[in-house]
Amino acid sequence: MIDKLRTSVLEALADIHDGATVMIGGFGGAGQPAELIDGLIAQGARDLVIVNNNAGNGDTGLAALLKNGQVRKIICSFPRQADSHVFDALYRAGKLELELVPQGNLAERIRAAGAGIGGFFTPTGYGTDLAKGKETREIDGRMYVFESPIHADFALIKAEQGDRWGNLTYRKTARNFGPIMAMAAKVSIASVHEVAELGSIDPEHVITPGLFVQRIVQVPRTATGPAGFKAA
Amino acid sequence: MNKWNRDQMAARVAADIHEGSVVNLGIGLPTLVANHLPAGAEIILHSENGVIGMGPAPAPGEEDYDLINAGKQPVTLLAGGSYFHHADSFAMMRGGHLDICVLGAFQVSATGDLANWHTGAPDAIPAVGGAMDLAIGAKKTWVMMELLTKTGESKLVQACSYPLTGIGCVSRIYSDLAVIDLSPAGATVVELVDGLSFEQLQALTAVPLTDAR
Repeated sequence: MIDKLRTSVLEALADIHDGATVMIGGFGGAGQPAELIDGLIAQGARDLVIVNNNAGNGDTGLAALLKNGQVRKIICSFPRQADSHVFDALYRAGKLELELVPQGNLAERIRAAGAGIGGFFTPTGYGTDLAKGKETREIDGRMYVFESPIHADFALIKAEQGDRWGNLTYRKTARNFGPIMAMAAKVSIASVHEVAELGSIDPEHVITPGLFVQRIVQVPRTATGPAGFKAA
Repeated sequence: MNKWNRDQMAARVAADIHEGSVVNLGIGLPTLVANHLPAGAEIILHSENGVIGMGPAPAPGEEDYDLINAGKQPVTLLAGGSYFHHADSFAMMRGGHLDICVLGAFQVSATGDLANWHTGAPDAIPAVGGAMDLAIGAKKTWVMMELLTKTGESKLVQACSYPLTGIGCVSRIYSDLAVIDLSPAGATVVELVDGLSFEQLQALTAVPLTDAR
C-alpha cells in the first residue's frame, strides 16, 4: 500500500541535510507553508539554498529561517518589501548570497527542472543587467536569453487537500509555486489541511498528481495573514 | 502649469481599455486604473501571482489573504475568474495572451526602452519581481507616470541611465502633461493637458517630439 502521509512535520522533514537546496512555496503569505518552515527551524539543517519568490516577511516563516542563520543563499525575484527587514539586514551585512531572477524566469526555470528540460530561451530580461553573461540567440527576429533549470533536493509546499497517494488541491492564489515546485524537487513535502480518502478528491480537480509528491503531513487550518505590503 | 492629477491620468488610461480586453495593472499608480474602468464593461484583470478575473478589494472584515494580487493586497474574484500556478501565469504574459499591461516607470526612452525596477544606487537592495516579464509580455505595454521627476527632470529620455527592464517595449506613455506614443521612429504627442502648448512640452524634455494632434 502506498501511504505518503507522515504523522508529524518533524518526521516529514527529518532527512533534510545541511547544504540542501530547498524550494519553499508561497507568494508573500499566500501559500507559504508556515508549519513546514517552523519544522525546518526546529530540525536545524544549515547552509541551505532557498528558492522562494520573496525573502521573508516580518519575523515569522521564511524570515525566521533566515534570522536563525540556516540559509547560505536565496534564489528569488522580489526580496525587498515593506516588511523584509530580516533579509535586508543579512544581505547588507554580507551574510546572505542573493541570486535575483525575474519572476517568470524563476517560475519557468523551476517548471523546466520538473519537466526534464535542459534550459530554454526566453525574451524576458534580454538586454538587462539580469541577463549579463548569459547566452543569447535571435529566433525569428526576436532576441532571447538562455536560462537553465533550477533543481532542488526538497520542496516544501502548502496545499489544501491531499490523499495518501500525494494528490493535491490548493486554495485560491495560495497555489502559486506549489505545483511547479512539487515537480522540480527530488523529495516534495506538502502540508495539507485536510487528508482525503483515496478516491474522494474528484480526479478532475486534482491539481498536482501524486507522483510529484513524496510526503504529506496534516496541519491545522489557520487563516493566512497579511504580508509583504504596507497597510494604507 | 496645469496637470492631470493621478485619478485623471488613470481615467485617461481607462478610456483606452475596451470591453473584452485582458489587462495587467502594475503595482503603484497603474492600480488606480481599475477604479475608472467603465461600469458594466467586461474587462478581465490578470495578476501575475496566479489569478484572472480579479474584482475589487473586499469589504472590511471580508479579506482572505489566500486571494491576493501581485501587490499582496486582498482582492476578490469575479464570476468567470480562475486560479493557476505561476508558470502558467507567466506563460499568459510571455506567450502574448494579455492585451495590455500598464506599468509605472523611472525612465522611458524615446524608442520605448523601459527602466522601472532599479535606480542603480549602489546601496539599494535589488528586487525585480515580474517587471521584466510584464514589460515584454503583453501585446501593448503602456507606462503611466508623471513626466517630470520631483526635481524637474524629464523621465522621457533619449537613453535610460537607470538599469533597463526591457528594450523597445513601451508603446505609449500616459503622463500628467501629455499622452505620447513611442516607436522606433521616436516620440509622438497625441494629446496635451489643457493650457500646455506643444512648444512648452518640448521645452521640458531633450527628446525630440513630433506633434500628431
